[in-house]
Amino acid sequence: MSSKEPLSTPEKTTGLHIGEALPGVKKVDPILIVDKVSKDFGGLRAVDVDHLEIPRNAITALIGPNGAGKTTLFNLLTGFDKPDTGTWEFDGSKLAGIPAFKVAQLGEVRTFQLTKALSLLTVLENMKLGAKEQKGEKLLYSLVPALWKKQEKLIEQKALEILSRFKLAEKKDDFAASLSGGQRKLLEMARALMIDPTLVMLDEPMAGVNPALTESLLEHILNLKDQGLTVLFIEHDMHMVRHIADWVVVMAEGKVVAEGPPDKVMKEQAVVDAYLGSHQDVDLGVVTGRIKK
Amino acid sequence: MDWLIILSNTAGSMLSPITMAFALAALGLAVHFGFAGLLNFGVAGFMAIGAYGYVISILTFGFPWWAAILVSIGASIIFAIILGIPTLRLRGDYLAIVTIAAAEIVRLLFLTTAFTPVTGSALGLSGYHNSFRGANPFEWDGKRGFGPWTYTATEFWVLVIGLIMITVSLLFVWRLVKSPWGRVIKGIREDEDAVRALGKNVFAYKMQALIIGGILGALGGVMMVLPSSVLPASFVTALTFFVWTALLLGGAATVFGPVLGAVLFWILQAFLANLLPALSDIGLLGGINNQQAAIMRFILIGAGLMLLVIYRPQGILGDKKELTFVK
Repeated sequence: MSSKEPLSTPEKTTGLHIGEALPGVKKVDPILIVDKVSKDFGGLRAVDVDHLEIPRNAITALIGPNGAGKTTLFNLLTGFDKPDTGTWEFDGSKLAGIPAFKVAQLGEVRTFQLTKALSLLTVLENMKLGAKEQKGEKLLYSLVPALWKKQEKLIEQKALEILSRFKLAEKKDDFAASLSGGQRKLLEMARALMIDPTLVMLDEPMAGVNPALTESLLEHILNLKDQGLTVLFIEHDMHMVRHIADWVVVMAEGKVVAEGPPDKVMKEQAVVDAYLGSHQDVDLGVVTGRIKK
Repeated sequence: MDWLIILSNTAGSMLSPITMAFALAALGLAVHFGFAGLLNFGVAGFMAIGAYGYVISILTFGFPWWAAILVSIGASIIFAIILGIPTLRLRGDYLAIVTIAAAEIVRLLFLTTAFTPVTGSALGLSGYHNSFRGANPFEWDGKRGFGPWTYTATEFWVLVIGLIMITVSLLFVWRLVKSPWGRVIKGIREDEDAVRALGKNVFAYKMQALIIGGILGALGGVMMVLPSSVLPASFVTALTFFVWTALLLGGAATVFGPVLGAVLFWILQAFLANLLPALSDIGLLGGINNQQAAIMRFILIGAGLMLLVIYRPQGILGDKKELTFVK
């Protein structure tokens, strides 16, 4: 593998929005539409999104400083947390009040910031667990293997296919606990694909992943788009966001403060102030006062 | 000191109703804790429900013995649902607190004099054996068998029913945990949010696991009272911890471990209960008298449980990688 070769710039999807790229701009073909979703934690308004649309079959990055409410918004949109107000619609179905497991069944699947590999299940079992509508998962069916053995074989085939794509196939019989942090991220993403999702929501897919694996993770995310999926991801690595995102949504203090194509949005003053900090061009030593200018 | 009697009593305990009761209850607990990760500290409650369900159905309602067992199963399902609805949405440790309290509530309900005509309160109930013994296909006088394993026809009938219940339960649990259903509950044990994110109704699965383990606990209770009588004092919290010890000894996340654990637990119990007083009689335990010596076995078993959890958390049959208390 010639890893020294610079990453080729992937083709960006453009023309996603209608009108000027302001916060809450309408999209040509939104898969997820969020309206007036808010959540308070005590006195703190963690999330206060007036309107947000996520474009279909594109890669959207959700960025913002720590505490901007990105993960909370993820939790709300996937049913892992309940908002105080608001409605949202995924692929035509209203999702407010729908429990997390049903959201996943509808095709909106997420991963977690702190990777949740099921440590004491093997890699293959992790994958098989992802498949939906399994007959053998029903209590009474499970007692009669003849009823689910055939489906189980198909699921295993599919799992092995995805695993080999993610270069985890030779690890299939290991406990997930024995994988490295980066491999667990890969496994979590691979497992999510077993559901046949239409929208994949990744919470910091790159956190704690070494540079060698980063490249293949990026490839996988780009592949998802090629397969017709929609990706929404939270990330702090600006190079990655610039590299693969077609659209960037910036949150600060619970609100969407800017959105647009990556090269444009990252130059906006509001984004630079909110996210990169007003000292972005200054040496860290100067900021902390250790080096006098 | 008569080693022959000590060893004979010990060997006899391998195949006794109480050992079988423990095997069933520990198997139920394996479904709860070993496979689904539910910290159930109310084993004694499920066993009491099973025991009293059986006895009261016969004495108060005149049911035949097999129907009484079905009533026990039904009662344990209801108990599991009542217990599960408020607690299964909470974190695991809350379930532990609630189950331990619920088991005490159950025991006290059977102990209170308010229901004496039905429950017999502190004196318990007996004399419910006609239906069960009437169905006994075995007939012989006195005791039959060999070595330490000689039984009357009635004792033998109890053991046969116990063995049938254990065999069926083992097959049932083995089939379940090797299926995709078992995969889901093991996933829930590891991280229920991850399983939820994969589109599984975690609450429903936990409830199913709680019910199945509860039924096995109730069958353990039935087994306990099948030979002679039922007493509320049998269903104290200590019973729960003994079942836990048996489970951890054999291996919590295994199917055959609980049965092996129950057998070993009672072998050890019987061995110490015979050995310690004998040692005290010949003056080897210092000033400790005969009765105190018999009680000493509980201290030793407690210490054994601690050592087990620290040094061999996976039990005898378990895979060290699959179950440890350190994650």
